[in-house]
Amino acid sequence: MSSHHRAPLKFSWNNPEFRALAYQFVVVGLAALLAYYLVSNTLHNLATRNIATGFAFLEREAGFAIGESLIEYSPSDTYARAILVGLANTLRVSAVALVLATMLGVIVGIARLSSNWLVARLASAYVELIRNVPLLLQLLIWYAVIGELLPGPKAAFHPLPGIYLSNRGMLMPSVDGPAVTGILWGLVLAAIAIFAVSRWQRARRRQTGVPARLWPIALTFVLLMPTVGWLLGGREFHLSIPHRSGFNFEGGWALSPELFALLVGLVTYTAGFIAEIVRAGVQSVSHGQWEAAQTLGLPRSRVLRLVILPQALRVIVPPTTSQYLNLVKNSSLAVAIGYPDLVSVVNTVLNQTGQAIEGVLIIMAAFMTVSLTVSLLMNWYNKRIALVER
Amino acid sequence: MYVPDRVRPPAFHAQRSALKNSVSHRKIAMKLVRLAAAALIGLCLSGMGHAGQTFDTVKKRGFVQCGVSTNLPGFAFTDSKGEWQGIDVDTCRAIAAAMFGNATKFKVIPLTTQARFTALQSGEVDVLTRNTTQTMSRDTTLGLIGVGVNFYDSQGIMVTKDANVSSAKNLAGATICVLPGTTTELNLTDWFRGLKQSFKPVLLDTVDEIKRAFAAGRCDGITMDKSQLALARIAFGNTDKYVILPEPLSKEPLGPMVRQGDEAWFNVVRWSLNALLEAEEYNLTSKNVDEIAKGSIPPNIQRILGTSPGMGKGLGLDDKWAYNIIKQVGNYGEMFDRSLGAGSPMKLDRGLNALYTKGGLMYGWPIR
Repeated sequence: MSSHHRAPLKFSWNNPEFRALAYQFVVVGLAALLAYYLVSNTLHNLATRNIATGFAFLEREAGFAIGESLIEYSPSDTYARAILVGLANTLRVSAVALVLATMLGVIVGIARLSSNWLVARLASAYVELIRNVPLLLQLLIWYAVIGELLPGPKAAFHPLPGIYLSNRGMLMPSVDGPAVTGILWGLVLAAIAIFAVSRWQRARRRQTGVPARLWPIALTFVLLMPTVGWLLGGREFHLSIPHRSGFNFEGGWALSPELFALLVGLVTYTAGFIAEIVRAGVQSVSHGQWEAAQTLGLPRSRVLRLVILPQALRVIVPPTTSQYLNLVKNSSLAVAIGYPDLVSVVNTVLNQTGQAIEGVLIIMAAFMTVSLTVSLLMNWYNKRIALVER
Repeated sequence: MYVPDRVRPPAFHAQRSALKNSVSHRKIAMKLVRLAAAALIGLCLSGMGHAGQTFDTVKKRGFVQCGVSTNLPGFAFTDSKGEWQGIDVDTCRAIAAAMFGNATKFKVIPLTTQARFTALQSGEVDVLTRNTTQTMSRDTTLGLIGVGVNFYDSQGIMVTKDANVSSAKNLAGATICVLPGTTTELNLTDWFRGLKQSFKPVLLDTVDEIKRAFAAGRCDGITMDKSQLALARIAFGNTDKYVILPEPLSKEPLGPMVRQGDEAWFNVVRWSLNALLEAEEYNLTSKNVDEIAKGSIPPNIQRILGTSPGMGKGLGLDDKWAYNIIKQVGNYGEMFDRSLGAGSPMKLDRGLNALYTKGGLMYGWPIR
């Protein structure tokens, strides 16, 4: 064992460890020098051409309006706030699209494996068609279809009082006020509480065999916590019902056709890819698992849910992470159909201020942060479902 | 068979470390370091910026590189033969005629609104003749400078006749389609802020998408320079269905831009523009300039046509620089008629772009 004992580092060129360290030092030094040179050269060139640099432009007034935003925004706000609005829009469409794309992808993937010939062929046709048409084209088609199909605001569909469907979007009544935030927080807390209680009940049943019913407790939470939130919020809220006014509609909450087209396009496109990944995962589980589960008397749907999918997840999760990241990046195509996402807003800022480098750096930083967060979460999930072998 | 390290004889280890210390390893490492250093030095040398003289570069190259719109009827478009036409392209031809005596020595580089300024800043084009509004922030923050105006325009809003709106002050709550990242967008926002009315913008990044969305009813109105609205209305085919509201939302002096720090080139572009206007004021056209040059001419026309020598020297050009422009491209009136006026499908009025003697704003500076 004595040759495995670490010898002290001799500062001699003959010592391979010292040599390795020295080379690494030199390479890192050269890389740092290169980076420093590139940055200082860029700054020098920008200065000699009188092009403004720095991020001070973020505090200037934006001066342009944004079609829809999750947070309060007016043209007299700063560029920084406008970029935040764009980021919020991107996150909103990405989050909703991720959830819907996963659901649709799983359904289509399993449908493709169905023993029903028509269902399987339909799913195959869907996947093959969606995967082979460029996404930008699909988005433009969805946007044009929605624009042509739906009538103008004067002739809007009016199926229920307070709900209008036209080419300005789908309008619905909305509630606003501190009581509403209270109710929403109550629902969130209720969801967390129900989740925790269900896990505790399942663990207890595994250990002691005592069965328990979740629904009475769940019902109590769902009724109780939002009510507490409503009471704490002061019990007042404003109901806003959309109505025709002038050119458009006033009031209510609108789902704009841009957002809808972007969602539909992104969801159908990514679902096509996720469907194939799910299919690969399900097929990767050995057939013996199916047979064994069926000998236990489980019907096919429960076999799939309880035995096959948990094992298939190990194959499904890593490629699905890539698809999620693709979806987040593809949301930047929103600029072609008029949805004000991050890239669209920063492009505008870039044009108005002329500071292209800072604008692109902002876009890169935002996307890297979002992508790294998504992949971190997915990697944590991947580790959790990994098969732990002895 | 696997033999653990501790069983091997000491000579084995000695041999292995001797091999590692051998000269070949060091040679490779040294080569890599030298290569990296050479690459770095090469980059340093190539990083000498484009802060040189554009005039000399263009002269040496033998043709002018102009940045124009990708496809804007009347300003920069390709005709049925594939030749670039339009008043922006003709401005480029005038610069080429002044520089080289030959109006064909130019190259057109189509640019989108998002790429236009970066292309000029980086040296990809020598001059931006791209119907660009001359504004203060563009002069002071981009490292570029506006040279002059070749088209005075103003921004307007176009709506359908069915909207029953006769003034741009009655558009509260309307949905308006607009190009993102332009002064058009900013002016539209300022207009509604000034009236304390709200509106909904829809940002589509090509003019074609905007026209399509407007025709489909997605927006109540579209806003662009009034000349472009007139052209769009013609493109829709049904000109009676659309109304361009009278209020001007802004002033849009459109003209070429060049890089800062390049006075020789700046002078060439500016005085090419002025030559076009001076020619129209003194009734010199591409058809009659030869005849006029032969006859007896007053001194100011002598200076323009170069028959009295000395005017070209200050610009670094041939004395016949203005004569070449007039002969090969025409005067401003001919340029306008050809692309936007009576000689084109657009049939736009001269309006603000008439000579100052006819009530417009076009006023050439004297060539003396």
